Amino acid sequence: MSETMSDAGQPLPAPAPAAAVPVRTGEMREPRIAIRGLDFFYGVNQALKNITLDLPDKQVTGMIGPSGCGKSTLLRVLNRMYDLYPGQRASGEVVMDGANILDPGIDLNRLRSRVGMVFQKPTPFPMSIYDNIAFGVKLHERLSRAEMDDRVEKALTRAALWDEAKDRLRAPALGLSGGQQQRLCIARTIAVQPEVILLDEPTSALDPISTLKIEELIEVLKREFTIVIVTHNMQQAARCADQVAFFYLGELVEVGAAAQMFTAPHQRRTQEYITGRFG
Amino acid sequence: MKTFEQELSHLSSLITDMGGMVERQVALAAAAVRERDADAAEQAVKADREVDALERECEQFIIRLLALRQPLAQDLRQIVAALKISGELERIGDYAKNVAKRSLVLAHLDAPFATAGIGHMAELVQENLKEVIDAFGAGDAEKAAAVWRSDEAIDDIYNALFRELITYMMEDARNITSCTHLLFIAKNLERMGDHATNIAEMIYYAARGEPLPEDRPKGGAAGYAPGAEERP
Repeated sequence: MSETMSDAGQPLPAPAPAAAVPVRTGEMREPRIAIRGLDFFYGVNQALKNITLDLPDKQVTGMIGPSGCGKSTLLRVLNRMYDLYPGQRASGEVVMDGANILDPGIDLNRLRSRVGMVFQKPTPFPMSIYDNIAFGVKLHERLSRAEMDDRVEKALTRAALWDEAKDRLRAPALGLSGGQQQRLCIARTIAVQPEVILLDEPTSALDPISTLKIEELIEVLKREFTIVIVTHNMQQAARCADQVAFFYLGELVEVGAAAQMFTAPHQRRTQEYITGRFG
Repeated sequence: MKTFEQELSHLSSLITDMGGMVERQVALAAAAVRERDADAAEQAVKADREVDALERECEQFIIRLLALRQPLAQDLRQIVAALKISGELERIGDYAKNVAKRSLVLAHLDAPFATAGIGHMAELVQENLKEVIDAFGAGDAEKAAAVWRSDEAIDDIYNALFRELITYMMEDARNITSCTHLLFIAKNLERMGDHATNIAEMIYYAARGEPLPEDRPKGGAAGYAPGAEERP
């Protein structure tokens, strides 16, 4: 690994010019979130260095990179999750609908309802399937019983779980299989009607069939939501993402359309990572 | 990752072996025409079976690689190029076999024509084939591009031969049978050249991640030589 990294900073000898500052080369769309010059620190350790990246509206952005490269940190910035921990701070801009979500004045509850997150391991609450979904909705909205029933059904349907769960809505969510639990978490996330969904390695704890279901779900959900997925599975990123961003040691090395990134990346470090030469 | 590297280098040697085999087959077929050497012709025909077997071996090996390794980026381009190159080489082998078979027929005919043009064409094809296989082994995009450009010379000889043979046929209708065989032989050689340029294109793409930028220069007077323009 060390010898392959010696010239890692070199662009590949491609005839296309490798951009010094990575820019998105995928289909041009209005960004839902525009990240500009973002730095992030865990105490004195800088985990993200001057990240500039657009998350295009209603597209899937895949984030790849070796462990510790900053991709999960970036997800945690996008819904200000890091605020829960002292000593962690971000600077720069993360602009959503004209407002910088890093501003101290931003309403965090509102932000987190607009930017939902699903974690690596399914995290259902120890309550019924129905209540798992209603719980989050109740924090943000007052709905009648009928409206709530409707919301729960819609969320479960969009998460492709309705058929399996409709006869056991009052049963404990922990009785679902791992894959079903993960889809429940997605249903819970979309029930509050967010604009952006962050998926942090959503299938790494799932079997291939459940993984396939989640990936198919992502394909459907991107019609309505802007999705960011962190994954260690290169094929998954290639299948699901429209644009892919490669991070290394807190830097955004390269971003481009998924097809280009996985067939002909411009940067040598991207190439070495996705072909398994390091990382 | 070491075993994957070994698999890639094994694949590379499969292709270079196949390339060497096809190169020899073309040499044998050319000798068969030039020297009316029936023995060389038989050997060229026989060699085709080995080439076909090697193509199947490449194909199976690559399918296994794709399934087990799910390669990406340069690896993916390299492996897909190898798959396509093995198909192109197999096709060149078929043409060589065809040339050899025609040389056997030609040997029984009274063909007073100088076959030097055909011999020269075969030499250029062999040279391009050798160069392109070397380019593959080295992953050398520039060398591949040079082969790609040099196919023009082969097309030019083909067009000249075409006119020459037509003239013989017009002079004396008894020449038609042998001239037609020679014409098909020339056409087969010209097609081999085209397949070598296809290989060059794949090597270029595998190495650079981009297709060759320009349109390939083509021999002039294509209208005189029907078929010269019908390459893919």
